[in-house]
Amino acid sequence: MGIKWDEFFITGDPLILGSQIAILLTMIGAVAAITYLKKWKYLWTEWLTTVDHKKIGIMYIISAVLMFFRGGMDGLLMKAQTSQPEMEFLNSQHYNEIFTTHGVIMILFMAMPFLIGLMNVVIPLQIGARDVAFPQLNALSFWLFFSGAMLFNISFVIGGSPDAGWTSYFPLAGKEFSPGIGNNYYAVALQIAGIGTLMSGINFIVTILKMRTKGMTLMKMPMFSWTTFVTSILIVAAFPIFTVALALMTFDRLYGTHFFTVSGGGMDMLWANLFWLWGHPEVYIVALPAFGIFSEVIATFSRKSLFGYKSMVFSILGIALLSMVVWVHHFYTMGSGPAVNSFFSITTMAIAIPTGVKMFNWLFTMRKGRIKFTSAMLWALAFVPCFVIGGVTGVMLAMGAADYQYHNTLFLVAHFHYVLIPGVVFAVFAGLYYWWPKMFGFMLNEKIGKWHFWLFVIGFNVTFMPMFFLGLNGAVRRAYTYSAESGFEPLFLLSAIGSIILAAGFAVFCYNIYWSIRYADRNISSDPWDARTLEWSTASPVQFYNFAKLPEVKSLDPFWHMKKKNEGLTLHDSEIEEIHMPSNSWLPIYMGVIFGIAGFFLVFEWHIAAAVAAIGIFAGLIIRSFDYNEGFHVTKDEIHRIENAWRKTEGEVHDHVS
Amino acid sequence: MSAKVDTSLPLEYQTEQDRMNILGFWVFLGAEIVLFATLFGVYGVLYERFAGGPTHKDIFVIKDVMIQTVLLLTSSFTMGIAIFEMRRHNLKGLITWLVITLALGAGFLFMEINEFIHYAHEGATMQTSAFLSSLFVLLGTHGAHVTLGIGWATMVIIQLLKRGLTPTTARKTFIIGLYWHFLDVVWIFIFTFVYLKGLVA
Repeated sequence: MGIKWDEFFITGDPLILGSQIAILLTMIGAVAAITYLKKWKYLWTEWLTTVDHKKIGIMYIISAVLMFFRGGMDGLLMKAQTSQPEMEFLNSQHYNEIFTTHGVIMILFMAMPFLIGLMNVVIPLQIGARDVAFPQLNALSFWLFFSGAMLFNISFVIGGSPDAGWTSYFPLAGKEFSPGIGNNYYAVALQIAGIGTLMSGINFIVTILKMRTKGMTLMKMPMFSWTTFVTSILIVAAFPIFTVALALMTFDRLYGTHFFTVSGGGMDMLWANLFWLWGHPEVYIVALPAFGIFSEVIATFSRKSLFGYKSMVFSILGIALLSMVVWVHHFYTMGSGPAVNSFFSITTMAIAIPTGVKMFNWLFTMRKGRIKFTSAMLWALAFVPCFVIGGVTGVMLAMGAADYQYHNTLFLVAHFHYVLIPGVVFAVFAGLYYWWPKMFGFMLNEKIGKWHFWLFVIGFNVTFMPMFFLGLNGAVRRAYTYSAESGFEPLFLLSAIGSIILAAGFAVFCYNIYWSIRYADRNISSDPWDARTLEWSTASPVQFYNFAKLPEVKSLDPFWHMKKKNEGLTLHDSEIEEIHMPSNSWLPIYMGVIFGIAGFFLVFEWHIAAAVAAIGIFAGLIIRSFDYNEGFHVTKDEIHRIENAWRKTEGEVHDHVS
Repeated sequence: MSAKVDTSLPLEYQTEQDRMNILGFWVFLGAEIVLFATLFGVYGVLYERFAGGPTHKDIFVIKDVMIQTVLLLTSSFTMGIAIFEMRRHNLKGLITWLVITLALGAGFLFMEINEFIHYAHEGATMQTSAFLSSLFVLLGTHGAHVTLGIGWATMVIIQLLKRGLTPTTARKTFIIGLYWHFLDVVWIFIFTFVYLKGLVA
């Protein structure tokens, strides 16, 4: 198999050595702490084998926050390296690796799981269901994502990180120009995580189509459920393209085929086309659920129902459709000619129309509303102007002819950070502050939350605004340094200072979680925001079966109307029936582990070992095929006990009605 | 999640969970269509990039391909009969026709493997040219699906023998049926756009 043990661990770089030691100590510490606290059994039965959508959602969110930290560290290292001209903090190779992992981790292992985590927690509750359509598949989705994420993350200490950019364009990403195993990590780890994402998409489509509670027609669904539904369709339509692209990359790199190579008749730009055929819908896969979160937050805190509900739905569908026909705008300079470039310019600019409709709908929702400036709402408010800057510069970039000027400059980098940070990161923060009490039964501290908000938003603008001007002045992206004569220094330094403020904002966010876990008031109602949708009609934290009695929906904002008309809030003993729930399973985590092992061997091109591990994958599938576990029934007594415990507490909306 | 059984429907549709599984599988087939469409797209881009290696006409043997096609199309027909027998609650007929279907599938696979060996002997391997890379991966992906389908259907047959016809086993059989027909449809496109087009080019 030709193992080169001397190349197995990355050695010789003090930064990486430090990380290796830190990872080792953290792992030993975690194992020791769990053993000391005797929590192994709790961890296994309550979390690792769970099929409960709320717990899976929380695990997604925890992983996403960890990945945010990792990706953020990469970003800070880049900013440190470019803060001064001719800096020698990172060498060019190390810089290449860091911008590659930063991009991949932030998009695929931070933004995606953060949003899928919130979807998992919220969607079944919003549509009045007891779980997703396929609970065990849902757990498998999580473990495959987690497995892929971990495999990708170990690359920088074992074997070497991918270094051809998050887009991994050929021929650079091919074996000829990247002979190390770094790019194998890219091909294999993203494949594993991608399978998980595809299954999440299928799961949510079926859940939303089949499991809505009585009376909830499609046009009475909350906006977050709508965006999740359309995002899931986009996932199913786009991820298989990436699956194929990555598989072909794997074949090119491991088995000497000629899909994207320069020799043998391969076509390097075929990769770029396939990548962006997936990659552009992917942008909307992360943006649409974020729009849904803002819709919920803005409606709740403006204390009005969402303005222009129907036009919102049609805008989402329009954006989804257009997102499939704009991919060439990522490489106008490929030379497809004016006709092709014009077509894609027009489709790209057309996306501004439905997006503009949504913007105005949010603004009109706020108009004449009694706005409450909570932390969640602040994120939504900051989103509007910041995202518009991202959108307007997007229209500038959309013009094929003008793009020759902006292409591959920091102007582009500033643009997509202005889209993705307000569009996704602000949204997940808004969603997290908003739904935190639903997940855990206490709120995040509002005062610390505002520190988090202001530091993060100011830091974000100071970091990325200068990059627009650097780009227009000709600073190229992915260059590890620049000369003093270029005159770029002041703006690069300003940007680096901004990144420190941004990082401080993130640190305050982490502190807020710590503070709130320790000191926040546990005695809050299940509906602390006076909200509008069904997830707030049940306990906080939500009991494992979600609803003792499935709610009935008559209009939009169902819970708001239930409160107003004082109907459907109480629960009579006679209404309690036994509830059927799925059992926990060890198979999803087993599959995650075995996929990770097989993937690791494949990365190192140890084919025999990978084949042996693959037998484990098939064994898992066979065991699942013969698994006839029918779940279990929750008894009436237990439901009675659980419901009484929260409905009778003081300040509870379910208590004041007779 | 409810265990309510609606006996007026065919067995595989009787519980809500089974109906959801079937819908979920249709959605999965949608993803599979995108997957194969991408592979066809790649083949369409690379199919005349021989890099000095063999061309379609050098390697394709139409007689063998015809036999493969007949085997696979027939197996789709017998799969249809199997589901028909299932609807008639005839377990023995169902299993018999499933076994016949799998035998035809195995025959197809045997032919395909021989075809690959034949290509390799002619010096046409995956590494030779972009055309051959895309050809082998497109055919190989289809063949891998057929292989997986045979293994999967075998599991279902064992369960049918052990448990008889229940809503769950009926649903599993129905889903493998959908999968099998889908592979047949893909093959029709391969036959047309790979073999026929290659021979008339």
